[in-house]
Amino acid sequence: MMRFLGGMTLTMAVLAGTAMAEEEATQIGDAERGERLFQQKCGSCHQVGDGAAHGTDPGTGPHLNNIFDRKVAQFDDFAYSEGIYRARRDGMVWDLEHLDAYLTNPKVLVSGTIMDFRGLKDADDRGDILAYLRPFSSSPQDIPEAAPTARAEEVALSPEILAIVGDPDYGEYLSTECTTCHQVSGDYDGIPVITGWYEEDFVLAMHAYKRGIRPHPVMQMMAGRLSDEEIAALASYFGALE
Amino acid sequence: MTLNRRSFIGAGVAVAATLQAPAVLGAGKPRVVVVGGGAGGATAARYIAKGAKGAIDVTLVEPSRSYYTCFFSNLYIGGFRELSSIAHSYGKLASDYGINVVHDWAVGIDRDARTVTLAGGASLPYDRLILSPGIDFVDGAVEGWDVSAQNRMPHAYKAGSQSELLKAQIEAMPEGGTFAMVAPPNPYRCPPGPYERVSMVAHVLKERSPTAKIIVADPKPKFSKMALFQEGWSNHYDGMIDWIGPDFGGDVVSVDPDAMTVSIDGEVTKVDVCNVIPAMKAGRICEMAGITEGNWAPVDGRTMQSRLDENIHVLGDACAQGDMPKSGFSANSQAKVAAMAVRAALTGSKMFPAKFSNTCWSLIGTDDGVKVGATYEATEEKIAKVDGFISQTGENTELRQATYEESIGWYAGITSDMFG
Repeated sequence: MMRFLGGMTLTMAVLAGTAMAEEEATQIGDAERGERLFQQKCGSCHQVGDGAAHGTDPGTGPHLNNIFDRKVAQFDDFAYSEGIYRARRDGMVWDLEHLDAYLTNPKVLVSGTIMDFRGLKDADDRGDILAYLRPFSSSPQDIPEAAPTARAEEVALSPEILAIVGDPDYGEYLSTECTTCHQVSGDYDGIPVITGWYEEDFVLAMHAYKRGIRPHPVMQMMAGRLSDEEIAALASYFGALE
Repeated sequence: MTLNRRSFIGAGVAVAATLQAPAVLGAGKPRVVVVGGGAGGATAARYIAKGAKGAIDVTLVEPSRSYYTCFFSNLYIGGFRELSSIAHSYGKLASDYGINVVHDWAVGIDRDARTVTLAGGASLPYDRLILSPGIDFVDGAVEGWDVSAQNRMPHAYKAGSQSELLKAQIEAMPEGGTFAMVAPPNPYRCPPGPYERVSMVAHVLKERSPTAKIIVADPKPKFSKMALFQEGWSNHYDGMIDWIGPDFGGDVVSVDPDAMTVSIDGEVTKVDVCNVIPAMKAGRICEMAGITEGNWAPVDGRTMQSRLDENIHVLGDACAQGDMPKSGFSANSQAKVAAMAVRAALTGSKMFPAKFSNTCWSLIGTDDGVKVGATYEATEEKIAKVDGFISQTGENTELRQATYEESIGWYAGITSDMFG
């Protein structure tokens, strides 16, 4: 978080005035550098700007005009992943916090996303890309660019948390709380299947609920009281189920 | 309570030591008897059998061959579910988990001999007994009503034929008729249940007889999800529902099943359907076992053991545990803690700290679902609330629809968690 805000302040000072709709708004990064990064990292799948269209090749994504503060999965003419549709039903909005989290690691927000992207660990890189995308959203003056509270904390998990080896016995007991709603058979009736996931994806998702980055009141509450070890134990148990 | 428990344990120590010895020495398989095959009992039986992998003999005593879940029975009344979709059999618990399922009534418990007597005459010995009998009604709770009146004025608070009867009565109401509900005092099974039912009845009447009236006499000044229901009633069924709380005499009620009248604060109204939901107490078998205090059976939330007999665990609606509402979700959650504790006591498997949770979804109208939920932990004193949430008024239709769809997923989840 400190690094992110620090980066913001610096670029704000350097770039104040460029691509800004309102003087009070806070710049979120270096848009010029962001454009170069966008072309390298995102441009093969996403278009933005005049005449931008959805990708049509398999695995490519929707255009990114007007993405800021839009509910996720808003285009009827684009086929999103089931995970993104779920996030939409849960009320997720592409505000700065969620765009930043998604760029950090898409799987933090959307398990099973078809966006094949490992994420950008560097907060400045993300800020720059977002600063580049920002003016392509309409009425930017109506949207606070970056409230100081916009980013609660880094969504990337530390290697220590990711390295925790879960106790599957404990996971089995804890799992009984999940299976009231999620079916261990892997059947789907409106509540997602949580068996057979990669452990890391599971851990990322649970921490995102715990921190309130993923929307859903039940999941935020359930994950909210799980320790890092308990999340690892659950990931280990469910990961081993077919 | 402490004194009772002490004196019991004091008296029981010698017996307990001798009777538990065989299980410990492996001279015979430990035996668990579960009474009641609902959200608490079926789940407990399944989890004990699944976890013990044959090391514990599990017998489940349940009178019904087809079990109708109380949860979602309002949706059946509202026409959103078929009755067959809330019916479940015990076949898999027997075939896949090796549970001995006995369809009979438990009519007596000998705590010294540790046996359960069945109506058919059999006697089942146990090392641990799990009682999950649900609720019975308090005699004389609503003046003029007793169980013999349940065909005229159904409670429909145990699902199945009562639900069918109430639905048929609602559908037979004349144009512009009156439906009355006598709502129960706290605590009772499924706190939002009466109000979800009112919503479902209104939904049916809106289609069939829009000039019909619904009167609810309620002894409680507030009820679960009150703001959400009242908002929904005015959105979907404006002017149809008259909720009468205790300020207006909703607690001074009597009924006359022969005349089909309801008297609220002295004012007698002729009604077409009267749904009487009386005050509740633990299923009668708890009283017979002598483990109740007042209307309910107190338990230690850390293991769900009765405060009055450590060889008995009580689950779900029947127990007094602290902060959890009486719901199928709660019973299912408590069953897993009890299953862990029973296995640990009988086979030495690992014990972890008890965690509980509950979520109650309610349907107010088509695709208009709301929910309330909380997490809990066990303290020495009670099951205590940790954290919670509730749907907000004014939510958009997409979210309400998602909430309803989620409840359908939950139904599939919990019933497969109960019945395999």
